[in-house]
Amino acid sequence: MAKFELNDDGVVVIIGSGAGGGTLAHELTRRGIKVVLFEAGKRQSLATFSQVPGEAFAQLTWLEPRTQSGTSSVKDDYPTLPVWTCKTVGGSTVHWTAACPRVQEYEMKSRTTYGDVKGTSHLDWPIEHAELLKYYEIAEKRMNVARRHGVPGLPASSHFKVIYNGARKIGYQHVHTNYMAINAQPADGRGICIEQGFCAQGCKTGAKWSTLYTEIPRAEATGKLDLRPESRVTRIEHGADGKVTGVVYIDAQGKEQRQKARIVCVACNSVETARLLLLSESGKFPKGLANSHDQVGRHYSRHTGGFCWGIFDKPVNMWRGATLAGVIEDENVFNPKRGFVGGYHLEMVAMELPTYPLVGLPYMWGRDFADIMENYRNIAGMFINGEDMPRSDNRITLNKTVKDAFGLPVANIHFDEHENDTAMRKHAQTQAKKVYDAVGAKRMITTRQTPGTHNMCTARMSKDPRDGVCDAHGQTHDIKNLFISDGSAMTTSTSANPTLTIVSLALRQAEHISREMGAKNI
Amino acid sequence: MDHRSPVDRRDFLKTTTGVITGVLVAGSPLALVAPSRVWAADLKAFTSAEGTTLMALARTIAPHDKLEDPAYAVVIQGIDAEAASDPATKKLVKDGLAALGPSFATSPENVRVAALKKMEQTPFFQTMRVKVFGLYATDYAYKYFGYEGEAFSKGGYLFRGFNDLRWLPDVPLADSGPVIQQTK
Repeated sequence: MAKFELNDDGVVVIIGSGAGGGTLAHELTRRGIKVVLFEAGKRQSLATFSQVPGEAFAQLTWLEPRTQSGTSSVKDDYPTLPVWTCKTVGGSTVHWTAACPRVQEYEMKSRTTYGDVKGTSHLDWPIEHAELLKYYEIAEKRMNVARRHGVPGLPASSHFKVIYNGARKIGYQHVHTNYMAINAQPADGRGICIEQGFCAQGCKTGAKWSTLYTEIPRAEATGKLDLRPESRVTRIEHGADGKVTGVVYIDAQGKEQRQKARIVCVACNSVETARLLLLSESGKFPKGLANSHDQVGRHYSRHTGGFCWGIFDKPVNMWRGATLAGVIEDENVFNPKRGFVGGYHLEMVAMELPTYPLVGLPYMWGRDFADIMENYRNIAGMFINGEDMPRSDNRITLNKTVKDAFGLPVANIHFDEHENDTAMRKHAQTQAKKVYDAVGAKRMITTRQTPGTHNMCTARMSKDPRDGVCDAHGQTHDIKNLFISDGSAMTTSTSANPTLTIVSLALRQAEHISREMGAKNI
Repeated sequence: MDHRSPVDRRDFLKTTTGVITGVLVAGSPLALVAPSRVWAADLKAFTSAEGTTLMALARTIAPHDKLEDPAYAVVIQGIDAEAASDPATKKLVKDGLAALGPSFATSPENVRVAALKKMEQTPFFQTMRVKVFGLYATDYAYKYFGYEGEAFSKGGYLFRGFNDLRWLPDVPLADSGPVIQQTK
């Protein structure tokens, strides 16, 4: 592994080592570009992943404080956990559950397709679907995604048999074990899925793709990567010409340092990406970096969600098997006759016993709650993953009255649900109930919105600089050597789990950065 | 989560402020994991009366009638340990228990539920709800609810029943995928 000097102003600094940052680091280093990759969390490994759910949660999760406002139920149901993302090398690819659907063409043209939906800030993506498809193919091959490019699907678990039979009985056609970045057969030098569950605790066989044990060690092997774990970037600095010059960070020993840079790429997961840009305010940029049109932090999206639990009178043993290996795709269409625009997926989801009452049944207690728990063996689960309506006032701001351990304002997350989101969730819950009823469920329990595991759009790409923060390459409109390299750059949330899209955009961005560096444009 | 068994009767420490005790019924499933039928849990931050109220509180938030007291006692010991080392937690819990009053523990369930309903939005109740749910992270609960816990050390469920459900038809291969062959 390389070690670059703090005053080396030829390096590319990437902040965040998840799907976007980790992939970008590999892509740049394999082209011979020097990269310093900052990660706020520690480095774990297959051997150190805890298999005690509570411990694993503490080991991997970003647990620093955030505040919430707005009318979203998340504020009441998950007061301390509005978003559920990771702080560890590999970022949220360590705890992700590996579903890789593609964004659909109609979703990338939401403003055109849906028309003027009141109270939303819809925008067509500044990139064509066909262009994105080219990178999806590269990303899927690299991640060895099941059901793509001749890779067989994952086998069906008992849990999926329940979902599948119910869904087929009510007429759904596109129901399968999902497009999973999980090896059912050995591939890519990684292990195979042993159907143990525990995807969200860190995959101990490495069957599940994560930058922690794919992109990052491959980047290290090039001799061009300087990975700095437990290093918190607190500020991006710029020169008199407005170009960024480097970052300030607190190193693993708690000491403040400055790393110079030729280019800075921000990939901290949407909430922290927006926060870092805002924290970097200066005399020249009093509203924060790349924020001349007051777009940083706005349009925050986290997918319209909610759990749908079906209770049966026979065992399901949902904790056995890959956590998310099952999907119903039929509702991912544009069909306003349903009473809402945008589409959704119903995705199978399992939850281990200790987590289930805390996350799966977030506000229940008492006799009825206990009766549900008594049926734990007999429960099947799905969650809704639907397109959020973008709203400019759903946003990340700095809360100047609450400070983190470094004395910096924490992020406030404001979210007011749009009526379209509410209608979509209701429709999805009705459909989920039909699925469960078709195979003899005794009861279904639904929940309100879940914590944001998919956080998007807070520095969105736009054709017109007035509508967003960056262009179709993630290059910020205001500062040409500052890039957005994570889900923040997505123009709209779409109904697709975002990781595959983040990886694909990072592949495309790496080509652009290396080309522009070669041409001495940046 | 503290996984120590409260069933191990430990010597009273000088700091002990209270104790909760009981006897497991004969033939209890807990007897399989408990070394003795007589159990007791020392308290370091709470009185015996407060311990009894905590037990009633836990049994109201998560009422599993067939799950015996020692399973709840593990959770109460966890709350006690935290309160003993953190004055803010101690105050929060003690004040909350005082608000519930001495009659809470002996009140019928509907009265206990009504009392807690009134407190649902308080930090005391919300904290207690999360802490009581530590119950589901104990070995007792794993046994009781039939949850199998981590499976990596046992090779997962690939060859141990991840797809053994027989009350519905199998998923066609086109919508799933083959199970890898087990190598001998």
